[in-house]
Amino acid sequence: MSPKTLYDKIWDAHLVDTAEDGTSLLYIDRHLVHEVTSPQAFEGLRLAGRKVRAPEKTIAVPDHNVPTTADRVNGITNEESRIQVEALDTNAKEFGVHYYPVSDVRQGIVHIIGPENGWTLPGMTIVCGDSHTATHGAFGALAHGIGTSEVEHVLATQTLIQSKSKNMKVEITGQLAPGVTAKDITLSIIGKTGTAGGTGYVIEYCGEAIRSLSMEGRMTVCNMAIEGGARAGLIAPDETTFEYIKGRPHAPKGAQWEAAMEWWKTLYSDDDAHWDKVVTIRGEDIAPVVTWGTSPEDVLPIDAVVPAPEDFEGGKVQGAKRALEYMGLTPGQRLQDIEIDTVFIGSCTNGRIEDLRAAAKILKGKKIKPGLRAMVVPGSGLVRAQAEEEGLAQIFQDAGFEWRLAGCSMCLAMNPDQLAPGERCAATSNRNFEGRQGRGGRTHLMSPQMAAAAAITGRLTDVREMMTPEPEPA
Amino acid sequence: MDKFETFTGIAAPLPIINVDTDMIIPKQFLKTIKRTGLGVNLFDEMRYDDNGNEIPDFVLNQPAYRDAEILISGENFGCGSSREHAPWAIKDFGIRTIVAPSYADIFHNNCFKNGILPIVLPQDQVDVLMKDAEKGQNARMTVDLEAQTITSSDGEVFHFEIDSFRKHCLLNGLDDIALTLEKVSAIDSFEAQAGQARPWV
Repeated sequence: MSPKTLYDKIWDAHLVDTAEDGTSLLYIDRHLVHEVTSPQAFEGLRLAGRKVRAPEKTIAVPDHNVPTTADRVNGITNEESRIQVEALDTNAKEFGVHYYPVSDVRQGIVHIIGPENGWTLPGMTIVCGDSHTATHGAFGALAHGIGTSEVEHVLATQTLIQSKSKNMKVEITGQLAPGVTAKDITLSIIGKTGTAGGTGYVIEYCGEAIRSLSMEGRMTVCNMAIEGGARAGLIAPDETTFEYIKGRPHAPKGAQWEAAMEWWKTLYSDDDAHWDKVVTIRGEDIAPVVTWGTSPEDVLPIDAVVPAPEDFEGGKVQGAKRALEYMGLTPGQRLQDIEIDTVFIGSCTNGRIEDLRAAAKILKGKKIKPGLRAMVVPGSGLVRAQAEEEGLAQIFQDAGFEWRLAGCSMCLAMNPDQLAPGERCAATSNRNFEGRQGRGGRTHLMSPQMAAAAAITGRLTDVREMMTPEPEPA
Repeated sequence: MDKFETFTGIAAPLPIINVDTDMIIPKQFLKTIKRTGLGVNLFDEMRYDDNGNEIPDFVLNQPAYRDAEILISGENFGCGSSREHAPWAIKDFGIRTIVAPSYADIFHNNCFKNGILPIVLPQDQVDVLMKDAEKGQNARMTVDLEAQTITSSDGEVFHFEIDSFRKHCLLNGLDDIALTLEKVSAIDSFEAQAGQARPWV
């Protein structure tokens, strides 16, 4: 048998049909659904008189629109948001798919609750009408975002028409330095390869620094594969993966667990597998980073200065000029001197328990800078409950953070959590596009630790300076 | 889906790289439960000021380009989220073809599902068409999918590549779901066999 990558193996195991021109029909094991990209798909089924082919493999949850304030128990005030969430309520019931309504403690961001409840398993094909579906790749699943037409296609047929991507290996060797996180890994990769560096590829992340990450960290890395342009990002499953999955509500049990393990242990890229592109980064070379511009590739170490348009080539010169103007920054300005108004900790990139622990560790016994708005939005109701149990919620609240209910919140600002024009935010989310967090809002992406550090000083801050005892900032 | 037929239309220049889906259709318009009506909000934050008035400089607000049917833009067009609202808004505005050096994967896919042709050409050829598009109302280009060509207003012909299955579907206005359901017995047997091999799924 010819050597295969992990992506090749999962692809082959799900191939229903291949046409002469290479267009393939791929079977989908899990279909995750949220309220924003599904109403038109369900409506399409209804109009055509079609059913959901595999409702038992379909999991729906509202996350993008839901308010994250306590008063949401009284219903959603914004009428359009309310209609969209109600449409999902109705569709989930009518078509008989698994559903976590807003009132369910397990409700949360779709990419957080999938793994949390054991829906996400190694070797699966997983799709969702959401680009951050790549998150599930952390389990060695082939997971990617699809459009609404494809959502309808998967609902109706449990398959997806696909052409195969190329194989790209991203290896992070060695160990990470203190203060450097999974978020810094994934941002640094995009900084190096660009937002189109992965276009046409499925990325497999490997190397010692990746192996050393927890499942939470691996999910953060895979989550942003899409920002690097890749269709999907994945990491071969290992003991860390199996340990995480075991005992979760929808994970296999007993004899099925044994059978699953037997297959899961074959899910790795063969030594002599062919890679179409290889990128290697030394873990030791990765610093805590932030973004300065309006593309996730605009990444620099926190101790750097704002670049000038002339530092770039081609279309990026104009791009940088536009970005600097939008962001209100001057070339040569120290990143650490950039003052912020808002801190957002949450999202499918960094809204898991480990992210909250890391931020709380920096914030413990400290206060955020007076006048700053800071919020923590746990990725799910279960993450929130666990954080409360561990005393993290108290640390955040004592520091001056708002402690919110689960949802996508200010990552894309479809709910009331938004930036005002010109407001600047230290965010643990995944996109710093113009207007992403609110019209005219300015976003700097970073790790939860860095966001916590910025909350204390009121400016972009090198978290490493806070990791050793130092006087309280003025 | 309507069949994609040869047409001649005005091309609008948008010389920006990494045009993302938040630019194409900002999130406040994703709350719709319909596929139509988004054209008025295409490029909303670039097209209108805070009071909802048109920004005269923006290309699609200029008289010459209000009826544009082709958009010429920079690399990595459509990056960002999977929102199909982006191609819905483009189509609803009346744009049927985009020309760029490269596209983000999901957006590229979504175009085909909506009868929009995303043409890929090398940067130097896009540059020629971009210049041509700057002629305003005179920038009338012809898109011929069957022949896989786009012809500038000067009559210069550019050949583009396209996946044969996608070309076939666009030309014939085929519905993917109906096509796949023709293979339902293959799906049935795959499902039965996979259910045996991986019963925990």
